Parts: sequence; C-alpha cells; structure tokens
Amino acid sequence: MRFVDEFRDPEIIARTCDEIRRLADPGRHYRFMEVCGGHTHAIYRFGLKDVLPSNVELIHGPGCPVCVLPMGRIDDGLTLAKEPNVIFAAFGDMMRVPGAHGSPLEHKARGLDVRIVYSPTDALKLARRNPDKHVLFFAIGFETTAPSTALTLMRAKAEGIRNFSVFCNHVTIIPAIRAILSSPDMRLDAFIGPGHVSTVIGCRPYEWIARDERKPIVVSGFEPLDILQSIVMLLRQLRDGTAIVENQYKRVVPWEGNKGALRAMAEVFQLRPFFEWRGLGFISQSALAIRAPYSAWDAETVFRVAGVRVTDPKAAQCGEVLKGVLKPVQCKLFGRECTPERPVGALMVSSEGSCAAYYNYEHRKATPVPSTNREPAPV
Amino acid sequence: MAHGAGGKATRRLVDGLFVPLLSDRPGEPLGDAAGLEIDGTRLAVTTDGFVVTPLQFPGGSIGELAVNGTVNDLAVAGARPLALLVSFVLEAGLPSSVLEAEVRAMGAAARRAGVSIVGGDTKVVEHGKTDQMYIATTGVGRRLPGVALDARSVRPGDRVILSGPIGDHGITILLARGELDLEAELRSDTRSVFPLVEAIVTAAAPGLRWMRDPTRGGVATSLNELALDCGLAIHLDEESIPVRAEVRGACELLGLDPLHIANEGQFLAVVAPEHTDSAMAALRAAPGGEEASLIGEVRAEPAAAVLVSTRYGGSRIIDMLVGDPLPRIC
Repeated sequence: MRFVDEFRDPEIIARTCDEIRRLADPGRHYRFMEVCGGHTHAIYRFGLKDVLPSNVELIHGPGCPVCVLPMGRIDDGLTLAKEPNVIFAAFGDMMRVPGAHGSPLEHKARGLDVRIVYSPTDALKLARRNPDKHVLFFAIGFETTAPSTALTLMRAKAEGIRNFSVFCNHVTIIPAIRAILSSPDMRLDAFIGPGHVSTVIGCRPYEWIARDERKPIVVSGFEPLDILQSIVMLLRQLRDGTAIVENQYKRVVPWEGNKGALRAMAEVFQLRPFFEWRGLGFISQSALAIRAPYSAWDAETVFRVAGVRVTDPKAAQCGEVLKGVLKPVQCKLFGRECTPERPVGALMVSSEGSCAAYYNYEHRKATPVPSTNREPAPV
Repeated sequence: MAHGAGGKATRRLVDGLFVPLLSDRPGEPLGDAAGLEIDGTRLAVTTDGFVVTPLQFPGGSIGELAVNGTVNDLAVAGARPLALLVSFVLEAGLPSSVLEAEVRAMGAAARRAGVSIVGGDTKVVEHGKTDQMYIATTGVGRRLPGVALDARSVRPGDRVILSGPIGDHGITILLARGELDLEAELRSDTRSVFPLVEAIVTAAAPGLRWMRDPTRGGVATSLNELALDCGLAIHLDEESIPVRAEVRGACELLGLDPLHIANEGQFLAVVAPEHTDSAMAALRAAPGGEEASLIGEVRAEPAAAVLVSTRYGGSRIIDMLVGDPLPRIC
C-alpha cells in the first residue's frame, strides 16, 4: 500500500534505530512528549517502545480530544439529545465515552436516537433527510476537525437548513502545550509535534516553544518511520544544542498551514475566554465557540445548556500522567478501577488516550519477546 | 448492550449468566458446538442467530450466512455437518420477494455445503418490532473419527494456522451500509469451511489441538479466548497474516484493526509442530485454501495473552474486541 508500506520498511527502520542509538548519549535520559493522541496510538500499535533504547522515553501528551473533554460537556450534550425529536450525531470516537449517566452508546440502547457519523457534513445530510427532526452534531477535535465543522455550518447557513445545530467542543492545541510547559513539575526535553493539526495550522505557531522555551519540536507523521525519524531529528538538535521547529511530515504538512481551512475557522469560530480540560483544569483561550452570525446553528444558543460540572474522582491521577510526571501504570486506579471498558479517568477513554493505549497494547507484555524478535536485523 | 458484538462483553454474558444458570458442566472450555454421544455415535450440535443490516451485501446475504455460519460452527468442532433446522422471525410487511430470495439463498448454500434443511419454524412479529428478518439455525453433525479438540491440550511450541485472508466480511458489511463514502472491490467471504477442515483433519488429525471460526470480534477475540482457556501466550507474526489490500486500506483509514474484524469463511487451527507441514500442505492444496498461512505459535509467556510482533521488531498485546469496532475520526 503506497504511503504506508515504505514507512514500515524493516531495513530503513533498523537503520533509523541504529542512528537513534548512536545519537542518544548513554549518560543522559531523554524525555520527549508526543503531543498528539494519534502518535500515542501509533507508538503502542507498532510497538515502537521495543525498538527504542531505554533512555529515550516517550511521554504521552494532551492531544486526544475525547480524553480531555470534561464529563460535564458529554452530559450536557446527552441532555440535549433527550429533547423531543432530536437526533444526536457524533463521531465513533465519542460513542463509548462515559458521561455521569452513561455513554452515547448506552443512551442509544435506552432508546435515544444516536447516530455515528464520519464527518459533520454527514450530520447535515441527516438533517436534510429528516426535516421533521432536529439533528444535533456533537463536535469534538482540535484544529484537525474544526475546519470541517466550520464549512458545514457555512453550508447550513447558505442553504438555510434550520433543523441542524452544533454543540461545539472544539479545542486548540497551542494553549494545552503552554499549560504543560508552565507546569512546575514539567520535565520534558523536546516535543514530537502533532501532524494532523499542523496540516491546518502549519508550523509557525510552534516557534515560541523553540525560541522562548528552548525546546526542540519536530512535526511528525504517524507511520513508524515518521516517528523514529522525528526522534532522530530531536536527538540531533539536542546534541547540537539547537532548538528549532522542524517539519518531518513535509509530504502532508505545509509550513504555512492550510489558509482556506484557517479562513473558514476564523469565519465561524471565536475563542472562548476559558474552557475546562479534563485532567488539566481550566485553560484560557483554549477552545472555540460559534460566532454570533451562526448562532441560529449553535446548540448552546438554540437550546438551554445546563453547564453541568462533573469532577473526576480524586484518586484518578490523569493530570500527572498527562504532564508526564507519572506513567499510566503508576496511577493507583490503572487496570483496577479504571479500564477501557469502565474508564474512570480521561486517558482511559479513547484508544488514543495514553492509559487506554498502554492498557490495550502494553501492560500484559510482562515477559519480553525473545531477543531474536526484539532487535531489528542488522543491515 | 455491547454484548452482541462478540468479544469481551459477550464472553462476560456467557460466563457470568448463561453458564452458571444453565450448564451442568461449568468450568469446561466453551467451544463452537456442544458434543453429544448417542448410542456410541459422536455428534456435535450448535445453534446460532443471524442479524445483519443490510440483508444482502456483496458476496452473500443473511440466508447464506445462516447456513454457512452454523455449518462452520460444526466444522470447527471437528464434525461433518449433516442437517439444519431453521427458525425465521419476520417483520410484518416484509416483501415476499425478499423472503423468497433468502429462502432460495439458504437452499443453494445448503446444497453447496452438503447439508439437509430438515425442519423449521416461522414467527411474524408486528411491524417495527424487528429489523426485516432474523434467522436462527440449529445444526447437527457427526464428529470425525480421530479428532480430539480441546483448548487445554494446546502446548507451547504448537503452531497457529489461518485458512485465508481476514476481514473481508466485516469490511464488506461496513461498506455495504453506505454510511461511509468509501468503495472497494470486496465481497463477504461467507462459505462453508468444512472442505478445508476435512483436508486438515485427513492430513494432521493426531496433531490437531483446537479450531475456531473467527466471526464477530475477529481473529484477536478467538485467539484471546484460546489464550484464556489454555493459559498460554499466542505469538502472532503480523506480516504472515493475510489481509487483502482493500481491507487493509479501509482499516488504515478508519482506525480499525483487521484482527478485530469479522470473518464468515475462515478458521483458525492450532497444530502440533511435527504436524504443521502436512497440515499446511493439505490446506493449501485444497480448493479455497491457497492463501492459508502459518501465522504464529504458542509460547508459555506472557500467560493468557495474545502478542503481535511487527516485522521491524516491535510488538503489541492485542486484546479481545470491546463492543463493536468504531471508526476513529478525530
């Protein structure tokens, strides 16, 4: 398969791992945060920890939109779904995320009209097909999915479709990185930058991380070789004492981003003064709200939203795991009270959350695979 | 309920409710069919309900699934399928042409599989109380001589064989629902696997330890059940697992794992190492078994887990499916 197989080539991967071993100073411990949940998933899915030297540690960041969504927002959305004649539409990612009284899937089982859609335009299609119903699209995601929500709202307005609204939970990545960097217990050396978000925002928004915080950042793709190559680039920067933004994912990410997508976002969205992140708390100017000209399609205007707040159990240490202070398995609840089937904390919710990824792919690997399988073949 | 999608929830329902309340032999590993011995004749019986949307899809339909599914449950229990009973639950107002098409499909599938449909029942329920039609089939087969299948007989060093490419059925259904703007030249793999089972039994019966058809929940779920039942580790070599490019592509796009996707015409077998070559040769020589593959082996550690090794040296645990496979978008 093109654009997949060449990035999983065992020989090139083995060479890249050799390069990582050459560059990593054995007297030093490296802590790199991959910001994006897609990277977290890929790192576990491909077993990359097995091919990295033990002093190169990957810390899983806040870039899983499902995980960082506070439970109260899910409850608010599901409350709206209970209004008469409402069809609740959301991505598959959302379906198993528990609110205080169950997940969208559990509500579907109890009789609510819950539909899985693959894009916001599919939700708009549902609205066209069901003129006697109101379709509520539960929007989540970083800048990756926000433009498609924006374009859908523009289309709904242009076509005058009135039985459609968006419950907007879009968040932005930069304030989350800023929150992590300003945390006193932060101990990161560098960042693997989010690939999909950067297709929209480009690489410039990360420049302050390199300039002001002196942390290297490499925007990375999602195949094994992409991630390993990004690690090589970070290690080179650290060896040379530089801190710049680099783009490993050039085949997809333009340095300046996608101007059309950014224009659509600017047309439809404005920053909320603050927004709560599960595990991180309130972060100012970190989320998007729908602008006044589109308020007729804003579920928070169309309906009365209660603004429920549900705090996570004190015992859940999601914040510490998000900031890289604790590993998933070091949380008191991991694998006991908190599992992917019955998640207590944010990071166990989606397969892109670091706890769920660790649980699904790693934690029972107690006995290592025999060394013949472990080491890449020498080239 | 998440209990219908195969995987963990189904297992919990069976282990937590059905076995304790209904079985007089709790603690026995659960197979695809139950064994019965009547006057010295060793039989296998099984029953299965079929619910699918849409009723017809590329490569098959609910009627064909209802025959092949039960035939396959008998086959992987090491039995030659003989006869089926069929029970229909029909929604009032279902067009008779739709029903007739499915009955014809069942007849044709039964003839191809060499089983007789010997009886049945029909219920019609109010419009809106079912989704068009449900079919349940019950099958009986005669166990092949010399075959003793039991997860507890699996030993470290045994090999895992897969009869052909995985994920065709599940991805075909996903695409046939038309909710994704995705198209692919794919057909459900629904078929009777008995001819392939017969080939492997003929070639390697004394070394054949365990078989299963990886339907809902996919290969990952079937092998996790095996790992739990035998307490050993199943190590898979990802590269040797046959997956068609179309299935792989759809899975990559949707964030799904082919190992979790349903199959309706494949089976897994665990074979003692000294019988592996003859089992593989027999499978590959049989029509429809050309793409059979040796996909892994049983080891002692890590206990009761399934591990997939990638060809560049990484590995991951693969668990049973939890609920339905849901695409990842954001």
